[in-house]
This record gives sequence, structure tokens and C-alpha cells, in this order.
Amino acid sequence: MIGRGLPLLLMALWALMALAAQLLPLDPNHIHLDAILASPAQGGGLGFDDLGRPLLDRLLMGARTSFLVALGVILLSTLTGTWLGALSGYLGGRFDALMVRIIDVFLAFPGILLAIALAGILGPGIENVVIALSLVGWVGFARLARAQVLSLKQRDHVLAAESLGIRRSRILLRHLIPLTLAPLIVEATFGVASIVIAEAGLSFLGLGVQPPDASWGAMIRDGTRYLLVAPHMVLVPGVAIFLVVLAVNLLGDQLRDRLDVRSLGREVLACPWVPSWPISPPPGSRMPNGAACSNPPSGG
Amino acid sequence: MVSALWQRFWSATLSIGGVAVLVFFLIHLIPGDPVDVMLGESASQADREALRDSLGLNQPVMVQLGDYLAGLAQGDLGRSLHSQRPVTDLLAERLPATAELAGVALVFTLVLAVPLGVMAAARHRSAWDRGAMIFSLFGVSIPNFWLGPLLILLFSVYLGWFLVSGREAPGSVVLPALTLGMSLAAILSRMVRSSLLEVLHEDFIRTARAKGLNERGVLWRHALPNALLPVITVIGLQLGTLLAGAVITETVFSWPGVGLLTIEAIQSRDYPLVQACVLLIAGSYVLVNMLTDVLYTVIDPRIRVEQS
Repeated sequence: MIGRGLPLLLMALWALMALAAQLLPLDPNHIHLDAILASPAQGGGLGFDDLGRPLLDRLLMGARTSFLVALGVILLSTLTGTWLGALSGYLGGRFDALMVRIIDVFLAFPGILLAIALAGILGPGIENVVIALSLVGWVGFARLARAQVLSLKQRDHVLAAESLGIRRSRILLRHLIPLTLAPLIVEATFGVASIVIAEAGLSFLGLGVQPPDASWGAMIRDGTRYLLVAPHMVLVPGVAIFLVVLAVNLLGDQLRDRLDVRSLGREVLACPWVPSWPISPPPGSRMPNGAACSNPPSGG
Repeated sequence: MVSALWQRFWSATLSIGGVAVLVFFLIHLIPGDPVDVMLGESASQADREALRDSLGLNQPVMVQLGDYLAGLAQGDLGRSLHSQRPVTDLLAERLPATAELAGVALVFTLVLAVPLGVMAAARHRSAWDRGAMIFSLFGVSIPNFWLGPLLILLFSVYLGWFLVSGREAPGSVVLPALTLGMSLAAILSRMVRSSLLEVLHEDFIRTARAKGLNERGVLWRHALPNALLPVITVIGLQLGTLLAGAVITETVFSWPGVGLLTIEAIQSRDYPLVQACVLLIAGSYVLVNMLTDVLYTVIDPRIRVEQS
């Protein structure tokens, strides 16, 4: 539909911008009094904001913020989520029952609401954004990993490994988790899109990165006050977020087709951060065929 | 049937209870002393003690939790720290605005997504189909805190059709509802399409065609009602997300609903109010999901048979 390489190209650009922000001698907080609200045509570059700061520099710093947050959250939530979910599915028993209860309660929240509440309570700052989003995000991975392991642990190779007396931690790590990776990778890809939107959303609400640090969401918030005179303040960061999220969603679609994850269940389960199109059913709800959602995909 | 309903109701109650406990602990996990946060470090010792007493913070945590849950069961959510008014009154004032916004957004979503999805499925792999899918892709990729300002720019600033923000003018719900409904419309149009494509391969569709029914009749009378069943679940699931999304949309448009109240409460560190807002939105989410499940049982006889 749209060029195959485009998503990767856009994501590479995003990473490059983040790297540039780290390496180049940028001056995102330098105030040019003569260029306040100057548009790209008047001031050059991508224009200037209401304090006379260069938008290009701030855009690059914002790329760094969103990239770091996305990286941090996806690492934290996939590692904890996958490990806890797989362990819960493999061990079963009381630990599993407790985990299912915890996952259910977390899923009873719309993800972005929990993130907003957590960020509001923890206070602003990039670390707190990562903590808040990871606390919301691990659940999706845990549920997915648990469901996968539940259906995989009866397979012959696992029984063989068990009868050979291999330690359970090793079975889990070497013989079960690698088999669950395909859907988790797809989930993580869509998760990145959700995290980028969530980080920008929190910053938009004033709950994320604090001024004078730059975030695309905060840039949009600043711009909404000057829509009439300086629409570029909203357009520049907005286009950046839109392109990154679009690229990640496209990549997720491609991966899902290539890894054939859809065949594992009717719908790919999704991260509960923000609406994204793999749809995440809440606890105890039923799939269109009447089967309970918390059941593992049968015959997977 | 009745026992299935009862089971759903019981599990929803448990979920809401779990949510309440989680929200309670969220507030109590604030690093540092909540009284410091609420009054500032310069407050006098007497003021601190008074606040501590009135909030019951001198009690053991489990007693506080018990009091909180008991209050909750009686519909008492405490008082706002700022206005000193009962939190339930504040919520009741703001709820109609949010309900209006979510309702209009849902209508907009259905009006846009169902025809789009049907069109895409009926003309599978055509330019229409591709166009609908590109719309869907763009719709989920555009965050509502950017879509909102864009719509304001186009319709309020350049065209002058609507007010920029607030809820005073009669048409002022249009832009917030468009903003809020966009991602749901995008998801839903894709769902309608895939669900319809699946149904169109069923035997009863072939039968309908074989008996000479025209394609329109096949599509609207036979295929669509069956294809919409899973879509209803999605609407239910996403309605809760819609309520949560209202937090951002209401902030963009200064729409005086529960979402904006949540942000105001967070900014002024009005913890009982934050607690209540979060609980209300999460509670509605659970409730809507339960109702969806029940509705589903009512409209799809196959599930009823399985359960009995």
C-alpha cells in the first residue's frame, strides 16, 4: 500500500534526530528576542516560538525525549511483563491466580487514565513518565506471554526437557520464552506508537517533561495559545509525532503480516496505553465467538 | 441466563472494588507526606495536625482503606480540598458535559465508520478500500491533542464556523466530538471491514446470492447485521477509552467535563477529587464493558445457547 521501506526510513530518521540532539551543539533554550513567533519564512529554519527559541533545535531535543522514553518504557515493560506473565503461566497455582487478579485490575483501567493519574501523583519529569508508562504497559505483555506459555507448556519438547531434569528456569528461558517472541515483537512495535503518543500527551497536559526541556507534546501545548499568529508552533511538532506514529503503525502491520501473528488468535492483543488498532479486550469479556478472552489461544 | 448475568455483575463489582483499592494505594504511595504536598512545607504544625485529623491520616492504612471503601459503598467520596464541597456534587456538575461529548463522539464515529467499512469491504481491493484503509491508518496515528488544534485552526480561525473553546454556543460540541471520535472511527471502520469480509465468505451469503437476491440486499440485510456483532464488542471496549481520551480532548477545548476536572484536580493537588475522578472514569469503563457483554448475550442467540 505505502512503500515497504518508508516506515523503517522514518524510524531511522527519528533515531538520527535523537542522536543529533545528543551530539550536535544545539541551543534549544537560547532566546532570540528579535525572532519571537517568527514563522519559518521570516526567521529561517523551522521558525521560532513565543519566547524566540528556535523550533528546529527544540524539535530535535523533543525527538530525543520521545525516543528515550519509548526505549526506556518498551525495555522495562517488555522485560517485566514477559517474565512475569511467562512465569505465571508456567508455574500456575496460587502465583498464577494472584497474577491474573492483578492483571485484571490493571486492565480495568483505561491505560492513558492510569498513566495520567500516576504521572500526576509521581510529579513531572522524564523518569516519572517512564515509570508511569511502564507501570501501565507491562500488563499487556504479561497477559500475552502468559497466554502463550499456557498453550506451549504442554508441547512435547517441554515435556522432554522436564523429563530430562532440566531446571525450570532454564526451560522457561530457553524452551518457552523464545517461542512466544513473535506476537510479543508485534505487540511491542504497536506499543512504541502508543508510548510516543502517551509521552507527548502527558507533556501536553503539563505532566511530562518540564520546561525548559523540550517535548513534542509540550511544544504543541505552547503553540495552541498562538494558533492565530504562529500556527507553525503547532504544525511542526505535530507533523513529527504524526509521522513517527504512522511509521511505527505501518511497521507493526508489516511485522504482523510477516510473522503471521493473526493466526494465533482472532485479534492481536494490544498494549493498554492508548487506543491503537489491535484491540485489547478487558478482563473477563468475551470474544465474538463466545470464548472468554483470558483463555489462551487454543491450539496455538 | 440469569446466573450468567449474575456472574458478570459480580465480576464487574469485583473489578470496581479492585480499581478502588488500587486508586487508594496510588494516593497513599505519593513520595513524602501528603500533608506536606497539600499544604506546602511552610504550613504550621497545628494546620498540619488539623488536616491530618480531618483526612484520617493518623489511622493505620488498613483502617483508612476500610473507611474509604465504606464511604464509597454509601456514595460518599469525601470533600474537595479546595472548594470544600462534596466531591460527588462536583462530579455531578461536570458529568452531563462529558456525557454529551462522549455521546456525540460516538454518533459521529458510527456515522463515519460503518459506511466507510461497508464500502471498503463491498469493493474489496478497490481504490475505495485503499482510501478507507489510509483514513484508518491516519486516524489512529493522529493524536487528539494535535487533531484538536488543527480543527480549531481550520474551522474556528480560518473559516470562523465554531467557537474556539468552551460549551456556550450550540454547535460547540462538534469539534471536540470530532477530535474525540476520530481514533475510534478509524479503529471501527477497519473492524467493520474485516468483519464484513469474513461474513461475506459464509455459506448463507452464497445461499442468499443463489436465490437471486441483489448484492445490496445481500450486503445490508444478510451480511451487515452479522458483521456488526463483533463490532458491538469493540464499541463497548473503546467507549471506556473514549471516556479516558476525554481528559485530553476536554483540556484542548476547555470543555467543562469530568476530564478537565481531573486535570484541574491534579494540578491543584486536590487528592480526594483526583481519586474520585479516576474512580468514576474507570468505573464507567468497567460498567460499559459489563453492559456490552450483557447486550451481546441478548442479541446473539448462539452465546445464550452455549451458556445454558
